[in-house]
Amino acid sequence: MAQAFDRRDFLKLAGLGGAVFASGLAGCAGMAGAERDEFYFVQLSDTHWGFKGPALNPDAAGTLPKAVAAVNALKERPDFIVFTGDLTHTTDDPKERRRRLAEFKDIVSKLDVRTVRFLPGEHDASLDRGEAWKEFFGPSNYSFDHKGVHFVALDNVSDPAARLGEAQLGWLKADLARLDPAAPVVVLAHRPLFDLMPQWDWATRDGKAAIDILMPYRNVTVFYGHIHQEHHHMTAHIAHHSAKSLIFPLPAPGSQPKRVPIPWDAAQPYRGLGFRGIEAEVKKPAYDLVEFPVKA
Amino acid sequence: MNRRRLLLAAALGGLVGLAGLSRAEERVIRIVAKKFEFNPSEITLKKGEPVVLELTSEDVTMGFAASDLNVDVEIPPGKVTVVRLVPDKEGTFGFHCDVFCGDGHEDMGGRIVVVAA
Repeated sequence: MAQAFDRRDFLKLAGLGGAVFASGLAGCAGMAGAERDEFYFVQLSDTHWGFKGPALNPDAAGTLPKAVAAVNALKERPDFIVFTGDLTHTTDDPKERRRRLAEFKDIVSKLDVRTVRFLPGEHDASLDRGEAWKEFFGPSNYSFDHKGVHFVALDNVSDPAARLGEAQLGWLKADLARLDPAAPVVVLAHRPLFDLMPQWDWATRDGKAAIDILMPYRNVTVFYGHIHQEHHHMTAHIAHHSAKSLIFPLPAPGSQPKRVPIPWDAAQPYRGLGFRGIEAEVKKPAYDLVEFPVKA
Repeated sequence: MNRRRLLLAAALGGLVGLAGLSRAEERVIRIVAKKFEFNPSEITLKKGEPVVLELTSEDVTMGFAASDLNVDVEIPPGKVTVVRLVPDKEGTFGFHCDVFCGDGHEDMGGRIVVVAA
């Protein structure tokens, strides 16, 4: 992992391999008074710290540190980093849950980036409704602005039945109310907000209500995790991009009868694992996604 | 299960009702959920035959979702959750727990086989 990554080099390389996915974010002209710039952030997801399963990942304790080193090796510093949930692997033991959260937090404290944002996944939060997770990371839904883009983090996991809930939906509506309909909005979540594959639990029970709230805003992009693979989907004009995992990949939606994890391939270690760099070009405007591998 | 989803499920077919005692003409099938399995995990129904699923949980709140049959309910422990079902199509349809219940949740499921009457 000593290789230094330059994100523009990666854009070129990935372009040759077809790994670049650009999501249109047309029409931000209504952002009067907002700061305009391009910026770069990194999404990591589904690290499942504490998972043990050599057949799926014999380097479960080493993959997250490798990803941290890879992010630190990027030539250009990201403005911030976001982890979209399942930071830890679930456990019934509240003490062990906190131990895993503490270890995770310690490992990612080595990221050489000042601002790191976190979201919970169901493995972190569903068994205690987010109690332990909030002790370590604070509120599980929040918003912030960065260089003219409004970011909203949603919690669709602290309810074990995968609901955002009326209170959070009301908060979302109020949070967005001050924005111009043309404002660029990025939504961060763990589970997909749309019904990707309910048979595999790849959905949010009241996700449609959130999408309905987002729909009047013309420039909305959602980044999420949960499904352990890259996936791109549109609900009308809203783009949804899932990220790879940093523990084991899962099969493509509906590609096989059961959602059985893809075993480790010794011939291609870390295959299917990785993280994502996102170059937000607010003026153009667009998001260029670059998928980074994990290497031994 | 929220009421809107229930009404939608009922309107789309299959699910007739969730509450009330079983009627004499309905076959009753009891399914017990516990971490991380349903027992039985496979049931066979006849197309057009009204059945009552009586769902219970032995430990924590579970989900019982068979999206192909428009069934999606929660099973809190300590009570019987009743699902009335009239299968309107033949085939094999998966069901799964859609309320996260721990390490093994992802494997908690079964199937409903609907055969010709």
